[in-house]
Amino acid sequence: MKYMLLINAPSAEFDNGCSVEDWVQFGKEMQDAGVWVTGHALADLTTATTVQVDSAGERSVTDGPFAETREVLGGFEVIDVPDLDAALDWAARCPGSRGGGSVVVRPIAEF
Amino acid sequence: MSDYTRASLESVFREEHGRLLATLVRRYGDLDLAEEVTSEALEAALQHWPIDGVPIKPGAWLLTTARRRAVDRLRRDQSYAARLAILHVEQDRAAPVSAADEPSEDFPDERLQLFFTCAHPALQADDRLAITLRCLAGLTTAEVARAFVIPQSTAGQRISRAKKKIRDARIPFRVPDTDELPQRLPGVLQVVYSIFTEAYSASSGENLIRLDLAEEALRLGRILRALLPNEREASGLLALMLSTHARHAARTRDGMVLMLEEQDRELWDRDMIAEGSTLVVHALTGGSPGPYGVQAAIASLHAEAPTAAETDWPQIVELFGVLATIAPSPIVSLNRAAAVAMRDGPQVGLELLELLRRDPQLQSYHPFHAARADLLCRCNRFDEAADDFRRALALAGSEPERRYLRRRLMEAERSGG
Repeated sequence: MKYMLLINAPSAEFDNGCSVEDWVQFGKEMQDAGVWVTGHALADLTTATTVQVDSAGERSVTDGPFAETREVLGGFEVIDVPDLDAALDWAARCPGSRGGGSVVVRPIAEF
Repeated sequence: MSDYTRASLESVFREEHGRLLATLVRRYGDLDLAEEVTSEALEAALQHWPIDGVPIKPGAWLLTTARRRAVDRLRRDQSYAARLAILHVEQDRAAPVSAADEPSEDFPDERLQLFFTCAHPALQADDRLAITLRCLAGLTTAEVARAFVIPQSTAGQRISRAKKKIRDARIPFRVPDTDELPQRLPGVLQVVYSIFTEAYSASSGENLIRLDLAEEALRLGRILRALLPNEREASGLLALMLSTHARHAARTRDGMVLMLEEQDRELWDRDMIAEGSTLVVHALTGGSPGPYGVQAAIASLHAEAPTAAETDWPQIVELFGVLATIAPSPIVSLNRAAAVAMRDGPQVGLELLELLRRDPQLQSYHPFHAARADLLCRCNRFDEAADDFRRALALAGSEPERRYLRRRLMEAERSGG
């Protein structure tokens, strides 16, 4: 079953002390275990743009969202593992779960 | 069917329900399906057993019947067709219903897996309690609602929310590996103990203890202890519940709660106390003890004392000291202070309570004010005691506790200025 790991930081400037090597290592571990499906780090939050379409079909485009939201999504991984416990184990190994960061584990809906 | 037959069947069902459900969940990986065929099998037994007699192996009979129903359902449901092939369950349909030739190994006890599933940390705490009572204690939704004094719809929501998460997030049915067990077992013990404390901490209303709920917790505690005979904290938890529950008949008189020293010790259940004491020994033997073991040892010392005056207070103080290091909390500090007061006198106890007075948790905890008031009485400071009894009364919930506090308040007022 596929799970998405949503890697959150408490703020845009947040640094949990994990190095690039930690992330590379984590990526390699997932690939070696054969659980990695896809995943990306997201570019800086200041580059985000929000699109909304209202009931009249009118499109509005705004800058943001900004970091006043308490958690900032910094990246995601999609993994394919047997059950939630396995997914939680991978989330716990993710550098983003340390030092005040958090990883939200969401099962991917199957239709 | 006579009432007697029905009652004896119901006690068999209570025993078998959790095992049956756990086995079926394990086999089909579907809690809803397992629940449906479990209740169908019990229903079938209610029809057949009074006529044909109770089979030699009732559990095996129920399992076979439930499996047949499950295969029928899986066959009928197209979306299950693929899964059916994977599960290789067709042979279940042909399995004999004759109880005698079902080997007992065919019905392994998989309740432990269900315990860990129901107590999974990915479920909300309230949902964990509800689903544990539903699946492992075999309570109906209505009974779960009554247990927690919540509307039936709320209980239903908790149960279905837990089931949905178990299914959709695929919370596994498994016992954690040995290296994970120390981390995950406390959650399971916590669920059972929460059911027990819920029975004992009726926060409002006329009854101080809800016997049926306490007995469910004890039953679950016994199952856990039987399934995990080497886990000392499982013994500790059961010992704690036994030593506490053994005193229940003496805890109230005329609708008023009684403190330990006022209780009629003749009413204490000696068998339960003895069973608790034996388990405490196991809980505390070898390695450093866990919080349930230590609390059980304290409860056991209280239960074994022939009179309140002969209670082993020095030992109880020591044990609260241990508890304060392994599971520190303001309430543990409060209890330790109360025990010190019994050992060294009320003045010393009051000094310790003075250090705890600013703790916000204790500020709103009525036993803190009641304990302080009691010590002030013992020091003949009745006016201050009356103030503290009033504080406790303003916070206390259940009517039996309020009656006790009102009586103490009156006594303090009469003795004071």
